[in-house]
Amino acid sequence: MTKLRGASVSDLIGLTIVGLVVVWVAINFVKDPTSFINIGLIGLTNGTIYGVVALGYTLVYGILQLINFAHGDVFALAGLVASTVIVSVLGLDESSSVLVIVGGLAVTLVVIMVAFALFNASIERIAYKPLRNAPRLAPLITAIGVSFIVQNIGLAFYGVNYQTVPNFIPRTDAIHIGDVTYSWSKASVLIIVIPLLVVLSWFVRSTKQGKAMRAVAQDTEASAMMGIDVNRTIAVTFLLAGALAGAAGIVYLLQFNMRYDTGFELGLIAFTAAVLGGIGNLSGAVLGALIIGFIQAFNEGLAWFAPGSDWTRSIVFGILILILVFRPEGILGEQTPEGA
Amino acid sequence: MTDLTTRARSAASNRNTVAVAVLLVLALIYPLIVDSLTSLPVIGDFVPKTDSMVIMIVFTTMAIGLNMVVGYAGLLDLGYVAFYAVGAYTAGWFASQQFDQATIDFGAVGIPDGFPGIHISMWLVLPIAGLLTMLAGIAIGLPTLRLRGDYLAIVTLGFGEIVPQFVRNADSLGGFDLTNGTFGIAPIDSLGFGAIGARLGLPESFRQSSDRSQWYFWTAVVILLITVFCSVRLRDSRLGRAWIAIREDETAAAAMGIPLMRTKTWAYAIGAFFGGVAGAFYASFKGGAFPADFYFNISVFLLCMVILGGVGSVWGVLLGGMILGYLNVEGLATIGSKIQQSGIPKLDGFDPTKYQFGIYGLIIVAMMLLRPTGLIPERRHKIEMAEGVHDTPFYDVQLEGTLTDRDSSDD
Repeated sequence: MTKLRGASVSDLIGLTIVGLVVVWVAINFVKDPTSFINIGLIGLTNGTIYGVVALGYTLVYGILQLINFAHGDVFALAGLVASTVIVSVLGLDESSSVLVIVGGLAVTLVVIMVAFALFNASIERIAYKPLRNAPRLAPLITAIGVSFIVQNIGLAFYGVNYQTVPNFIPRTDAIHIGDVTYSWSKASVLIIVIPLLVVLSWFVRSTKQGKAMRAVAQDTEASAMMGIDVNRTIAVTFLLAGALAGAAGIVYLLQFNMRYDTGFELGLIAFTAAVLGGIGNLSGAVLGALIIGFIQAFNEGLAWFAPGSDWTRSIVFGILILILVFRPEGILGEQTPEGA
Repeated sequence: MTDLTTRARSAASNRNTVAVAVLLVLALIYPLIVDSLTSLPVIGDFVPKTDSMVIMIVFTTMAIGLNMVVGYAGLLDLGYVAFYAVGAYTAGWFASQQFDQATIDFGAVGIPDGFPGIHISMWLVLPIAGLLTMLAGIAIGLPTLRLRGDYLAIVTLGFGEIVPQFVRNADSLGGFDLTNGTFGIAPIDSLGFGAIGARLGLPESFRQSSDRSQWYFWTAVVILLITVFCSVRLRDSRLGRAWIAIREDETAAAAMGIPLMRTKTWAYAIGAFFGGVAGAFYASFKGGAFPADFYFNISVFLLCMVILGGVGSVWGVLLGGMILGYLNVEGLATIGSKIQQSGIPKLDGFDPTKYQFGIYGLIIVAMMLLRPTGLIPERRHKIEMAEGVHDTPFYDVQLEGTLTDRDSSDD
C-alpha cells in the first residue's frame, strides 16, 4: 500500500516537472512562433547528431550492459581524422563542384566508418573482452581509462586547436517559408543520417546477425546454447557502434568545430539521450536524442525565461538525474532490449 | 598450530607498527631534511618540494575518502570532485571577504581587526566544511543510491559536472553573489595559531610565516593520519562490515537485515566528509577556491589512485595516491625536462604533462587488465576478484520494487 502511494507521488512530481516544461515551451511558441520554429529546427539538427552517437551507446549497452565511456571519444577522434581526410587528402573546399562534394563526402563516410568500426572493435578486443567475467564495474572503469587514452591520441595528433572544414556545403536555404528557414548545411545532416538509420534498423530487424544481436541482448547464455557465436555478435555490435560514431563525427564536423575533448561532453549528452529514451532501445535512443536536442536549443535560443547556454550542462544532467530517479526505464522502456 | 598462527600474526602486526612508526617519523622530519635530499646526486632532482608534498597529501586524503565509497561499499563515484568543490567553497564562505555585508571575526588569523566578511578560524572551518559536504553527499545520495552500479556512476558524474557549473554561474542568484563566478573566491584565510600560539613561538598565521610550507605540510600530515585512522577503524566497524557485505552481494546483505539505503548513504556521507575537509584545507593552502579547479578529470585522477593502489586497501590507496600525486605535481614535469635535456632529437618537444590524463588512462587500463587488485591488494577484494561476486541485477527498473527498493520503509 505504501509502495503504491509512493509511486504515485513520485509520478506526480515527475509529471508536474514535465507539465511545467511543456507550459514553458508553449508560452514561448505563442510569443514568437517564427523564431520558435527556427530554434526548433536547430534542435532537430543537433538532436539527429546526438541520436547517432546515442545509438552507439545503446547498442553496446543492450548487448554487454556496459556504458562504453570511450564511445564519445571515438566519435571525436573520428571527426578529427575526417577533417584530415576532407581537407588534406581530398581537398574539398567552397570552389569544388557539387558532384565532387557529394562524391568526396561519400568516400569520407565509407573510409571513416570502416576505419572506426575496426578501431572500436579492436578496443573491445583488447580492453573489454578479457574482463567479460570480471565484476561489473571493472569494464566500466576500464572504459573510462580507454576514453582518456583515445582522447590523448587525438591530442597527440591534432593538438589543442579546434579543427574545422571549409563551408563547402552552401549555407543557402533548402527550405524557406515566410521567415522560417533551413539551410542546406543543416539539411545535409538529415540527408546523411536518415539513410544510415534505415539501414541500421533493417540490419537489426531483418538480418541473421541482427537477430543474433537481439537474442544475445535478451539472454546471452540461452543464445549461446542455441548456437549463436556470442563473441562474434559482440564484435559485430562494436563494429556497428564504431561505424555510427564515425558517421556522427563527420556530420558533427560539417556543423561545428571539433577538438580532442569534444567527445567528452557530447558523449555525456548522447548517453543521457539514450537513457532518456530507454537504454537498450534503438528507437528510444533517437527519440531521447531529439528531445535533448530540442531542450538544448530551446534553452539556448528562446527569449522567455530560458536559462541560457551557461546552464546547458546542468540542465542535461538534471534531466538525466530526474529520469533515473523517476523513470529509470526511460520513455520507451526496455521491454524488448535491442527491440528496434 | 593456532599458537603459531597467532604468533605469526602478532609478529606481522608488530612489523606493521614499526613500519608505520618509521614512516611517520620520516614524514615529520621531511621538511627539515628536504634540502639535503634535493642536493643528492642523480635522484636529487626527483625529490618533491615540501609544497608539492602538501598537494600530494591533500589528494591522497581525498583518495582515501573516495576509497570508502568505491572500495568499501563498492559504489562507483565519478563525481568526487563535487565534494572537493563544496569543501573549498565552504572555506571561501566562512573564511574570506566573500560576504562583505557582514563583519564577523571568530578566531581568524592574519587579518586586520574589523576586516569585512565572515572570518571564522580555519581550524573550525575544516570540520564545518566536512559536515556541509557530508550534507551534500546525503543530498546527492538519497535520490540516487537506489540505482546500482554503472547508473550510479553516471549520476554521480552528473553531479560532479553540475556543481562546478553551478559555482561558476552562481555569481548573481537573484542578485546575490554566492560564489563570485569565474573569478572564484580569494583570498581565503590562512591556518595559524593566532596570538596565543605566537606567544609560544608558533607562527601566528602560516601564510605570513617564513616556514609556511612546513607548517602546512605538518597540518596536512595530521589530516591524513586522522583520515587513515578513521578509515581503518571504520572498515572494521559494524558499518564497515555492512559496506563490504553490500559490495559483495547486495541482495544477500539486504536479506541479512542490512538497511541498504541507510548504509550506502553513510558511505557517501563519510566519504564526502573527508573530501570536504581536504578541499577546505587545500583552498586555505592555495588561498582561494576557483571553479576551474573542479573538473571531471580530478574525479578520474582520484579514482586512478584508488585503482592503482588497490580497491578497498587503505595502505594501497596511500601508496597509489602518493605515486600519482607525485607524478601529477612534479614527477611528469621533472621526467619531461630530463627527456628534453637528454638530447634525443625525436623527443625534443615531448612534454609528458600534456598527456598526463592519457597516462592515467593507460595506468587504469593496464591495472584492470593485469593486476585488478592493485599494488597492495586488499585480501578480501582479491578473493572477490578471483571467485567473482554476485552483483546482478545491478539496477532496479521494476515498478513493483525489489529487495533494494525499500527506501520508504527502512529509514
